[in-house]
Amino acid sequence: MFGFIRDASKTFLLTELRKGLMLTLKYFFAPKITVQFPEEKTPQSSRFRGLHALRRYPNGEERCIGCKLCEAVCPALAITIESEQRDDGSRRTTRYDIDLTKCIFCGFCEESCPVDSIVETRVFEYHGEQRGDLVYTKEMLLAVGDRYEDEIAEDRESDAKYR
Amino acid sequence: MIVDFLTPYLGDQLAYFSWTLIKVLAILIPVTLCVAYLTLAERKVIGFIQLRLGPNRVGPKGLLQPFADVLKLLTKEIIIPNGANKFLFVIAPMLSLMPALAAWAVMPFADGLVLSNIDAGLLYVLAITSMGVYGVIVAGWASNSKYALIGAMRSGAQIVAYEIAMGFALVCVLMMSGSLNLTTIVETQRTSLGFLGWNLIPLFPMFVVYFISGVAETNRAPFDVAEGESEIVAGFHVEYSGTTFAVFFLAEYANMILIAALASLMFLGGWLSPIPGIPDGFGWLAAKVAFMLFFFLWFRATFPRYRYDQIMRLGWKVFIPVTIVWLVLIGVLMRMDWWPW
Repeated sequence: MFGFIRDASKTFLLTELRKGLMLTLKYFFAPKITVQFPEEKTPQSSRFRGLHALRRYPNGEERCIGCKLCEAVCPALAITIESEQRDDGSRRTTRYDIDLTKCIFCGFCEESCPVDSIVETRVFEYHGEQRGDLVYTKEMLLAVGDRYEDEIAEDRESDAKYR
Repeated sequence: MIVDFLTPYLGDQLAYFSWTLIKVLAILIPVTLCVAYLTLAERKVIGFIQLRLGPNRVGPKGLLQPFADVLKLLTKEIIIPNGANKFLFVIAPMLSLMPALAAWAVMPFADGLVLSNIDAGLLYVLAITSMGVYGVIVAGWASNSKYALIGAMRSGAQIVAYEIAMGFALVCVLMMSGSLNLTTIVETQRTSLGFLGWNLIPLFPMFVVYFISGVAETNRAPFDVAEGESEIVAGFHVEYSGTTFAVFFLAEYANMILIAALASLMFLGGWLSPIPGIPDGFGWLAAKVAFMLFFFLWFRATFPRYRYDQIMRLGWKVFIPVTIVWLVLIGVLMRMDWWPW
């Protein structure tokens, strides 16, 4: 009987509904966590895996030696490499394409690279306007590398002690 | 006096007609604007409750967002499904919008500021808002889609159930004021005590019943089984797109504002000021309506959707008995002169 009265008063005084409403009202006045993207950005890890880049040595020589380890390890088969001997006898790539529409940004290419040539940068705001725009060629990847070399080098440096 | 100004140019009857038309537009255009900004307010309030900011990109602070939405909806294609009844399919949105707007005819906005101050105002509102369900049912049937039909049936049953509880809650208001005229209902709440004289105080349970029934009547969350996007896609308006969908949208929000306005007039003293000494006015009514509308949005952001059988149980087995008991109680108290108000 006592239990019945307690339950009935709980129902008719809308106790639990009011509790729920108070909770949502509390959050109504709470500070908002939205990050207003183009103006504000979330912090990134130095291990962020974004757009790919091919790096060069300080003397301007490209790092890639055409070993094709990245092509072999790529689970999405996004990398296509062709290589031949250069006039000075070293092996270099003649073609290095990454199809970013296939890429799953797993970072295996970067991990497999013995000369730290292919890397993934912090850049994630890139786009293509036509079909095929996101197939990045060797020249494009090297250009990305040249443009962000400072940032890339700094990130590798800060992560080196954990590798 | 504007009629007198128009008479030489248009003749007697035409002048009267155009003056009425101007008054109708003076009500409908602000109502439509309120609907537009209510959609923005809804997205903002729900966003805030979910720790987001809500739309804030179109115009300063997102204030032009409703116009962008309207423009988008108007430029979209109206698709009429194969096997749909074309006539009913097109007329259904209008059937649901018409009552939502027609009910504003008897709404007093301040003392004397009303399009038609008829004595059976409340009866008119109840009658005309009941028509809204036809729009939903016709839309569901004419779409020739099972989801739409299920949504329409749910909506029909739900509105019938809650209309009764709502009616009984309003009968209590009638007993307090002794009139069906909405202006009189507000004026009888005028006392020297400010908000203590409002119907809200003696009829608080009826106010709660009325408002919850109102939420159910307008098919708003948590009673939105007629839409129920997680079960029946979008219910009665699955097949609607473009302008026809926009009209349904408009009707739903116009109904929300209507319910909020009626609640403010009947329970919250309309344009009367809550504190004695501060002048009455339209501003108080607007503030009360906005306050009630916030509850609609707050409910939507808080409660999960009722199960269908629970809605029926609440309507038939809780609200109707509770309202009848309260009705008898008030009747007895008033008869015995034990009524303090």
